[in-house]
Amino acid sequence: MIELLSQPWPWYVAGPSIAVVMFLLLWTGKSFGVSSTLRSLCSIGGAGKNCDFFDFDWRSQNWNLVFVGGAVIGGYLAAHFLSSPEPLQLDPRTVEELSELGIAFDGSFLPEDLFSWSSLLTAKGLIVMVLGGFFVGFGTRWAGGCTSGHAISGLADLQLPSLIAAIGFFAGGLLMTHFLFPLIF
Amino acid sequence: MKLTKFLLLGILFGIVMTKSEVISWYRIQEMFRFHSFHMYGVMGSALGVGLVFVQWIKRRGIRTYDGQAIEFKPKAFSIPRYLFGGSLFGIGWALTGACPGPLFTLLGNGFILYSVVILSAVLGTFVYGKLRNRLPH
Repeated sequence: MIELLSQPWPWYVAGPSIAVVMFLLLWTGKSFGVSSTLRSLCSIGGAGKNCDFFDFDWRSQNWNLVFVGGAVIGGYLAAHFLSSPEPLQLDPRTVEELSELGIAFDGSFLPEDLFSWSSLLTAKGLIVMVLGGFFVGFGTRWAGGCTSGHAISGLADLQLPSLIAAIGFFAGGLLMTHFLFPLIF
Repeated sequence: MKLTKFLLLGILFGIVMTKSEVISWYRIQEMFRFHSFHMYGVMGSALGVGLVFVQWIKRRGIRTYDGQAIEFKPKAFSIPRYLFGGSLFGIGWALTGACPGPLFTLLGNGFILYSVVILSAVLGTFVYGKLRNRLPH
């Protein structure tokens, strides 16, 4: 059983499992959306003192912080007890295109060249980690949700705003990947 | 404890994110380069099954475990808010290779460096909060 679970999970196991998580959150009277925890973190840090947007009772959202804490633990458990001995299987075309940009692939989850403490203070490292993270936080809050809140929860409820948001997610991602990556790397 | 169920759901979510390799920067690149069906399959099947759940809740009037009505709040319509905000997030998604769920799951996977990305995301959220009155919504 552990051996089976340690294999990489196919999409048709992962996707429905995510939908089950969404359903169970609805069933407990909550909704599935991770990015709103970033707003709670701002409030916890005291941002509500001089900004109305963060002046709300974050304790009413503590269930979501617990959920996110669970996601950290789940990552730990999967990495330590269900890890696959095989390297990541990446499409050879992606490997090729990334190597043309000078980004190597060695079978792990992340490119070491970009995501390391030593690259954090280089221009590329700052763009990828600091600027990238900034856009994730700024963009999700402006759009009112991320992949979980819009592309899954919102679209599952056939909400038009979520469709526009999802189109935006892909427009931004494609622009970055196909037009800006060659300029940055 | 009331919060335990959310912890368990979060743990399940973190395991699914890790084992389906959705947290991999490379998988996100593969997706944006249209080289693999995997990510589309994950999101598409989550959406497809999610749609069935939502319709089931609405048509059968399914209630929460403690008997409350399940409400779906319609999001206020706007184009600039979702399109511009969404595109900025998309840019960040391609750079960091992670949307908010995976950001936290990566920490648990031992990529402590992602705490820098999370802090930047919190800062981005904070700056949005400061500027929101001047942005189109």
